Amino acid sequence: MEKIWASQKVRHSSNSIRMSKLVAVIGAGPAGLECASALAKRGIRVKLFDRDDNTGGHLQNWNELFPDRRKSTDVLQLLRTNSDKLIEVKSGTTVKRVEKSNNSFQIHTETNILPNVDAVVIATGFDLFDARRKEEYGYGIYDNVITSADLEKMFSLPGSIRTIDGRVPKRVGFVHCVGSRDEKVGNLHCSKVCCVTAVKQAIEIREQLPDTEAFCFYMDLRMYGRHFEELYKEAQEKWNVNFIRGRLSEAAENQDGSIIVKVEDTLTGRPLKMNVDILVLMSGILPAFYTPDIVSEIPVVFGDDGFLKSTDEHFRANLSGTPGIFYAGTCTGPKSIAETLADARSASLAVANFLDEISN
Amino acid sequence: MTNWGFQIQKDRQIDFDRNDLKVLMEVEKHEPSIKLCISCGTCAATCSAGDFTEYSLRRIILLVRRGEIEGLESEISKCMLCGKCQLACPRGINTRNVILQISKALQKI
Repeated sequence: MEKIWASQKVRHSSNSIRMSKLVAVIGAGPAGLECASALAKRGIRVKLFDRDDNTGGHLQNWNELFPDRRKSTDVLQLLRTNSDKLIEVKSGTTVKRVEKSNNSFQIHTETNILPNVDAVVIATGFDLFDARRKEEYGYGIYDNVITSADLEKMFSLPGSIRTIDGRVPKRVGFVHCVGSRDEKVGNLHCSKVCCVTAVKQAIEIREQLPDTEAFCFYMDLRMYGRHFEELYKEAQEKWNVNFIRGRLSEAAENQDGSIIVKVEDTLTGRPLKMNVDILVLMSGILPAFYTPDIVSEIPVVFGDDGFLKSTDEHFRANLSGTPGIFYAGTCTGPKSIAETLADARSASLAVANFLDEISN
Repeated sequence: MTNWGFQIQKDRQIDFDRNDLKVLMEVEKHEPSIKLCISCGTCAATCSAGDFTEYSLRRIILLVRRGEIEGLESEISKCMLCGKCQLACPRGINTRNVILQISKALQKI
């Protein structure tokens, strides 16, 4: 009994020490929201910054998640309602940079300076690859070439999957690895989530438009996660999605606006061409373009791929090397939503440990 | 005929818009497990006919999927229906019936 009393006392005192601490979380996407709520549950005060007027980041633009087809709005709602009175959301506020001063940090926003911050969580996430850079695929040139993000928006508006002149597409093609695994655009990394997203979106096309054929053009199918392979199998077995192994060399437009794709069917070893009515480019995940500015005054390390480098990817995945600066989410590389949330909770633990250390 | 020293080559390109997928549809109707093929090649690796000839079930299924059925009838007759491929297939495809159904569909069409 005495032991329990003692441990409660310790927890209480450590809570009140934590209460006096302030953490800034930069980025209010899934990582920032989850990290902030986990910190608040431990009695830590958080200021949560985002340049966007609303929290949620890219999740706001997504309709359904892989592999279980959970509604993004459901996840978003849970993330938002997890907020706590200890969290102050500063949305619509662009952080310019973080500076270190003595034993604390300053957050410089466009209009203000927030001093006396004890720890900073970088949760700045990713930006999508601008598909116009793969000019040979014709995004921004041919009207019926769209991106996976464009298609996801269409899914949230029933009846909107149409060609530019309003026809129901007979064929929809999906191009994997657009902006990923491609030295020509300077990105060697795999974006990890696009393969399963293409499979999910191809299934959704077949569900919403049963007379429309779906084709996936892939280099490898990277069904790395739990239930992903099963989703791929379901796409073949139940939805008759076609998979053609080969990377598109180019897309061209017919007079009627449909798209001719050219690819080597690498399994037959022969060139193949076909018409599709809508071509969907699976845009890859790049490190957020504004992350380098935010950390310009702190000694952090970037990997060759442009993502932030942790001090140890096995044991200190959320640590930056600068005490008090932590990473959460896709700023350290592509992740699914589930992985991002787990990473954010892990970051909150690293922050809490750090705050305990500096209090003692 | 005069030999001019050159000849016209057949286009190697698979034109997916022109190819006939009747055989595939017929096989899918009677043996839907063909849809599960991931072209891994386990069937061809274990195949006894493949040890001595160019025979490859992976390739045959792929050509049926692409509608490239020319010459397939004599190709598929090399199979001895031993069923080793069926034991090896990681997707559990009923390969022997796939072969029989392809053969049947080719004769029918």
